[in-house]
Amino acid sequence: MNNQRSLFFNVDWFIILTYLTLCVIGWFNIHAAVYDPMNPSILDLDTNYGKQLIFIISAIIIGFAILLLDSKFFNTFSPIFYGITIILLILVLIIGRNVGGNQAWIPIGSFRLQPSEFAKFATCLLLARYLSSGTIKVQDLKTQLVAAFIILLPTALILLQPDAGSALTFSSLIFVLYREGLSGYFLVIEGLSILLFVLTVLYNKYIVLVGVLVFAGIMIYFYRKNRKMITVTGFGVLFSILFIFSVDFAYNEILKPHQKNRIDVILGKVNDPRGIGYNLNQSKIAIGSGGLWGKGYLQGTQTKYDFVPEQSTDFIFCTVGEEWGFAGCFVVIGLYLFLLIRIVNIAERQRSSFSRIYGYGVASILFFHIFINIGMTIGLIPVIGIPLPFLSYGGSSLWSFTILLFILLKFDSNRMGII
Amino acid sequence: MNSFFARKFVVQGIFIAIIAILLARLFYIQVISDEYILSAENNVIRRLPIYPARGVILDRYEKILVQNEPVYDLMVIPREVKAFDTLEFCKLIGIDKAGFDRRFKKARNYSPYKASIFEKQLSVQIYASFQEKLTNFPGFFVQNRTVRRYPDSIAAHFLGYIGEVNQKVIEKSNGFYSQGDYHGITGIEKSYEELLRGQRGVQNLMVDALNRPKGNYAGGKYDTVAVSGEHMMSSLDKDLQKFGEQLMQNKIGSIVAIEPSTGEILSFVSSPGYDPNLMVGRQRGNNYMALLNDKYKPMFVRPIQAEYPPGSIFKVVNALVAQQFGLINENTYFFCPGGYRYGRRGYMGCTHVHGSVNLKSSITESCNTYYGYTYSRMIDFAGMRPVNAFKKWRNAVSSFGIGTALGIDLPGERNGLLPTDELYTKRFKNDRWGSAYTISLSIGQGELGITPLQMANVMAIVANRGFFYKPHLIKAIGDKKVIKEEYLKKNNAGIDSKYFDVVIDGMSAVVNQPSGTAWYSKIIDIEMCGKTGTVQNPHGKDHSVFVAFAPRDNPKIAIAVVVENAGFGATWSAPIASLMVEKYIKKTISRPQAYVDRLLQANLLPGAVGNSPSVKKPVTDSTSNNTKKPNKANRVISNNE
Repeated sequence: MNNQRSLFFNVDWFIILTYLTLCVIGWFNIHAAVYDPMNPSILDLDTNYGKQLIFIISAIIIGFAILLLDSKFFNTFSPIFYGITIILLILVLIIGRNVGGNQAWIPIGSFRLQPSEFAKFATCLLLARYLSSGTIKVQDLKTQLVAAFIILLPTALILLQPDAGSALTFSSLIFVLYREGLSGYFLVIEGLSILLFVLTVLYNKYIVLVGVLVFAGIMIYFYRKNRKMITVTGFGVLFSILFIFSVDFAYNEILKPHQKNRIDVILGKVNDPRGIGYNLNQSKIAIGSGGLWGKGYLQGTQTKYDFVPEQSTDFIFCTVGEEWGFAGCFVVIGLYLFLLIRIVNIAERQRSSFSRIYGYGVASILFFHIFINIGMTIGLIPVIGIPLPFLSYGGSSLWSFTILLFILLKFDSNRMGII
Repeated sequence: MNSFFARKFVVQGIFIAIIAILLARLFYIQVISDEYILSAENNVIRRLPIYPARGVILDRYEKILVQNEPVYDLMVIPREVKAFDTLEFCKLIGIDKAGFDRRFKKARNYSPYKASIFEKQLSVQIYASFQEKLTNFPGFFVQNRTVRRYPDSIAAHFLGYIGEVNQKVIEKSNGFYSQGDYHGITGIEKSYEELLRGQRGVQNLMVDALNRPKGNYAGGKYDTVAVSGEHMMSSLDKDLQKFGEQLMQNKIGSIVAIEPSTGEILSFVSSPGYDPNLMVGRQRGNNYMALLNDKYKPMFVRPIQAEYPPGSIFKVVNALVAQQFGLINENTYFFCPGGYRYGRRGYMGCTHVHGSVNLKSSITESCNTYYGYTYSRMIDFAGMRPVNAFKKWRNAVSSFGIGTALGIDLPGERNGLLPTDELYTKRFKNDRWGSAYTISLSIGQGELGITPLQMANVMAIVANRGFFYKPHLIKAIGDKKVIKEEYLKKNNAGIDSKYFDVVIDGMSAVVNQPSGTAWYSKIIDIEMCGKTGTVQNPHGKDHSVFVAFAPRDNPKIAIAVVVENAGFGATWSAPIASLMVEKYIKKTISRPQAYVDRLLQANLLPGAVGNSPSVKKPVTDSTSNNTKKPNKANRVISNNE
């Protein structure tokens, strides 16, 4: 009884409230997305919003069930979760159902399970367990290699589906490693790599190369007394040259045409409003037409009349943008930001490094989804099919995000205890 | 491990920075840029024009001349076209693959998103079979609109035709017209376009991504209804028009009949004509080219565009003007020795040796000599310098509506030609010229050009004894029966009514006395007053001209008939005019069938074989060869009877 009481008081209700608010916002927008003004129906469990209601309720049940479990359970069984997930990821490649070009779903009855969703928290848990164990130091090469292995194994399996979007999610875990002591250079390198990648695809590789050399020349001139900076710059140039050529090669030889096209459209290399960029343009049009205050609930025309594809799943943000305008977007994004900042703060107040590392994992993965998904709908980044946490329609993703979040809440409620 | 605690702020900082970028971008596309709002409207709103019915045109007894008939245009929205059985499609609407590609390319070049016409005016049969299979052809749909239909196939020049607007018209219309719309190009269709076309309505439909209609935009708040065009009651007598066209078949020329008391045009025949229905439908382009290339120029609106020197019928005008000037009267006699001498060596021959001629017989017998003297009096003995006298004469003549367009409600009316004194001063290099220099004008030739409409209008003036209303084709617009102000205004010809009696006496004798030139065309029970003329044609056979009005008292009709290449006025034009007059006044023809058949069956087209049963009179040519002053400007030279 006492235990139950302390649980009630120790749980971070701000997060739970934010979580519930986002779920409700998601549900209303899914309703709006599938709403047909010519055949308005009362709550129908066969529709997406009807199903989503079931998903939300079940997610909340799962969430509170997690709160009732013992914290040690997750630490202890993290290798087993990880193992099960890996097996499922292999299994899905064999018996999975192919939907939209991705072999990502295992059918269970009338529902479909998406193992890649569950790989997220399983990987976080195992990573947290590994990094928090004993004398591990992230600066050690061995640690880095093992951590990379933990992250890259599920990534590779997911890439085989092939679901590049979900696979990319795992790259966000670099924040976790960075927090635990990984050199800041890795962040800088990752940032620079993205910049070089975009420039190489966008312009001729030799022009980019010349640009890099000019930049390096200026750097060396300014730091000509500083041998260390000259060395760093030299390695940077070497790295850049290798990177540029490999990107160029990968882009032209390895990427499939549809992936290449998506990148082309986002970078403005092709202007084809009805072709490849259709999704993207329609999504921008839907959000852009919302204006400051939006068109009003159920009044969105672009989403309602199917101009935007995947509008209740990956493009749910379009409905928010169109019907609630910039004001609505501001509120939703504000809630997300609050959630992220709060999660980082919660992570930092953990006494055990396991909980802290896990917390950073949760924040990183949520952040990545939010950034990629919203960025995609407003044309900042290529169309990568990943859901918007708590808003997008879909049981697997909602459950997975719920589990991810509530495990942290559970850790947090026990933060005074030692795991 | 809290040695890296500060990195918390780096991570949070990155989160905040990225979120800020997202918000900035959102602010830009949602609040700052309005490009997306417009795109969204383009996506979802389809502005469907609702075409109004074009105004119907009726004749003076409210019988239909033009009506509307539904047709079906096949429309396409290129971007919505998905793969389909092109072969079946082509077979259905009767085109080949190349034709399909060409049309499709054209539509796509116009706009991939907007509907454009793929194939115009499908027949009802094609429409029916196509409609059944419409679902097989996404991106295509059929739009209803109406085309003109002419139940009697008459009055093509009068009614005009409509056609698709071109780019220039679209630009000038301030957004009224858009691609594929129709507008009047000639005739009444053009001159009353603004009234006939009506007002287009718009329905704002919302559609989904597959272009399926999803109801009215904003509950129809921005929709407008179409307002049909005004119906027009024309002044035309349908039966008379039809009869006139039959009489003029296989002949080149015009018939213009006017109701003198109103200026309403009763008949407006331009021959050769064409079936106005040719200008409607899918074969329109071919028909149009054929008509355009026809050597008899059926598209030429002869009643208002052909100019002829009026010849003898102009004597009527000179007789009236000279009386008004007080220079002659009914008792003025001149002696005709068979010609008129002028200047030092000039000689203008006459048809006969008329001896002593008074004003009345000068008209009846068409004496050139009489008008030589009369003209000389008007120019040389008017108590002023001849140049000024000429100006005065010219003014008087122009009051008859000669030399300037009358302002009929049809596009393309010509002014005709009435020379100015400057023309002669320039030609003779000084202004000391007199009547001898311009003597041809006395008998209606020289630098004169008069349209058949102007000829008929002169007759209306004579019939009215001194005034006329502008000839017009539309007598009442819409339900309120509006008539244009300008057609209600009485125009004075500047001749006192008392001067008309003697001229009308002479004209009556032309038809109603056995010695008159048009005795053959006398109508039982109707006293028609007329004047024949023969216009010599340097390019071929002479043109036959006859002008008349009837009855003498309370005239109901004034008429001008020109038959080109037909010889004497009395042979062809006068009988045709007499039949028209009788038909209009009595509604039946009392003449023997053979009389009518001769006119109906005659083929007077140049080059037709055995076309003219007329007998060549021995004396055909009196003036043109004998007039010493050369008139270079003449295209057609008048002859006299």
